[in-house]
Amino acid sequence: MKSPTNTKAALQNAVLQQDFETVGAAMVEQPHMQVRDMDVHYGDKHAIRNTSLDIAKNEVIAIIGPSGCGKSTFLRCLNRMNDTIDDCRVSGTVTLDGQNIYDKKMDVVELRARVGMVFQKPNPFPKSIYDNVAYGPRIHGLTSDRYELDEIVHTSLEKAGLLHEVVDRLDQPGISLSGGQQQRLCIARAIAVNPEVILMDEPCSALDPIATARIEELIDELRRNYAISIVTHSMQQAARVSQRTAYFHLGILIEVGDTDTIFTNPLHTLTEQYITGRFG
Amino acid sequence: MSNATTLEKVRGGLRRRYRAERRFRMAGMASVLVGLSFVVLLFGAIINAGTGAFTQTRFLLDIELNERAFAGHDVSPDALQNALARADYRGLVHQSLYSLFPEARSRHDKKALRKLVSSGAAFDLRAQVAADPSAIGSTIRFDALADDESDLFYKGKINRNLAEDSRRLSDRQIAWLDRLAEIGKVERRFNRNLFTRGDSREPERAGLLGALTGSFFALLVAFMLSFPIGIATAVYLEEFAPRNRLTDLIEVNINNLAAVPSIIFGLLGLAVLLNFFGLPRSSSLVGGIVLALMTLPTIIIAGRAALKAVPPSMRHAALAMGASPMQTVLHHTLPLAMPGVLTGAVIGMAQALGESAPLLMIGMVAFIVDVPQNFTDPATALPVQVYLWANQAERAFTELAAAATLVLLVFLIVMNLAAVLLRKSFERRW
Repeated sequence: MKSPTNTKAALQNAVLQQDFETVGAAMVEQPHMQVRDMDVHYGDKHAIRNTSLDIAKNEVIAIIGPSGCGKSTFLRCLNRMNDTIDDCRVSGTVTLDGQNIYDKKMDVVELRARVGMVFQKPNPFPKSIYDNVAYGPRIHGLTSDRYELDEIVHTSLEKAGLLHEVVDRLDQPGISLSGGQQQRLCIARAIAVNPEVILMDEPCSALDPIATARIEELIDELRRNYAISIVTHSMQQAARVSQRTAYFHLGILIEVGDTDTIFTNPLHTLTEQYITGRFG
Repeated sequence: MSNATTLEKVRGGLRRRYRAERRFRMAGMASVLVGLSFVVLLFGAIINAGTGAFTQTRFLLDIELNERAFAGHDVSPDALQNALARADYRGLVHQSLYSLFPEARSRHDKKALRKLVSSGAAFDLRAQVAADPSAIGSTIRFDALADDESDLFYKGKINRNLAEDSRRLSDRQIAWLDRLAEIGKVERRFNRNLFTRGDSREPERAGLLGALTGSFFALLVAFMLSFPIGIATAVYLEEFAPRNRLTDLIEVNINNLAAVPSIIFGLLGLAVLLNFFGLPRSSSLVGGIVLALMTLPTIIIAGRAALKAVPPSMRHAALAMGASPMQTVLHHTLPLAMPGVLTGAVIGMAQALGESAPLLMIGMVAFIVDVPQNFTDPATALPVQVYLWANQAERAFTELAAAATLVLLVFLIVMNLAAVLLRKSFERRW
């Protein structure tokens, strides 16, 4: 019997050599963000190859794939967090409501106010719970008085499902919360500036199953108001929270489709092998 | 390989491993002990040599302020001032001494007797009389400052068993001093001069205030210059500057600058600040600028290290919230790095406080009696004062030099303590 590794290598070569076209439905009818022909290089490393993908409104799109396949890189291109990496070059276009975010006229501060982000490890500021949530509205000057700010902080914590747990200790340090609470605090902080898109980079990988379940519930609720892109290592999670799923392999977007289809009837062999746990 | 043999092998090696560990610990403890004993030795030697200078001997003399000496004092206020200024205070002090030892008749004896009292006693007497002119006509008690040799004698630092011609006090003088002690005219007090006066040629009247003020002004200038410039440089290089050849070159040069011998900075000050810009020689302003140049690399390097130690997740969190790079630095990175930055700054300042070589080059080594009033007055600094006093011939100055070293050490310890406290108070409170 031929070892699966050989098959995998053969498939990878096939994907890498020819001009590979993403299978499935990468485009949607009413996209909120459009990625077109995006290539990302870190120095000499070609991290993402010729990728096009749409992100729709009121939808969770899960980005899955083996380690080092470029999932996080892709996500970080959507709010230009890759700008902080010195030798990172991005080509192609990414549009938000029809406006290219890599355009010189696009202000990165404004972009990040519209596209929020939640990181893998909860990273609340070493400030109080209140100040953590209030930070965004404060720097962007969203409120004119204390009451408005209080209002925003409370609604954001409410939306993040954290309010009733912390309402009597808003002046306590954010770091004093548990891991899952910290991550929900980070989500509250991100939605306090009322973004259009929320990017989540493996938001549950540092959390226990109960905290993970809470976050997943939350993601499902947030979908009503925001477009959400979530990178995850857990295929169960992708299946649970997302409506569409994109599978990356070695920097190439192999397949995009409805989550149900991807997990029950994948079109590409690599996708199938990954979701059936043949490699990863 | 079976389990049993593995276990045997592990057991066989255990004793050797533990022995090696014990040896390692012993070596570490021995090193600590050696280091500690050097510190004890150093402090012991300085304290032993220097504590004497914190007290000094005074003779309790009765001085008759006869009206003849202040002739005309009751005519008008002006005349009083005149008389007060011109009176022969030295003579009054001497008269008081002569009256205690009527046996000293010859000029030679009288001179020897006079030498027991500091020549500065007359100035103190004038100050005392000027403070209370109504005492003129009566006899007052005056605590006359003892000469440095008398002082050393009472502190037991002059060996009376030596041959008379190989000690500074004659047999007769020693007899007088003993007699003065016997009749209770001798008192040892805290040496206030040390902290209230500038330098002097007379060890008993020499003080540190000039050097302390000079050091204070110089450090103030150094801090005002190097702290903001250092932090701005560290922040720019660490957070904003692109990584390229130029910034690499700058980084290497800053690291090199930290290793440049401090006297080179003094030469720079001499050539550029004094000779080219014509800033006042010996002034604490120039000293401060030179010390700032010397401290800058320390602050920059410490600042960059502290900024580098701030977890990148904090930066990312702020940037992803839409904070501008400047807001990210001011709201998050710099406050988190502040303990390290401050420690670096205080340690740099402590270094600058103890530095003498660059100050020698710019003339802060002069004999300056007046306490500096501002940044441009001629001044010395604490370590330079130690150097100056250690160079003096009189034995009393040796004691003073050690005392000045102690004062310097106290300031250094206080500054390092301040660094620790600052660090504590600026650390994240949760």
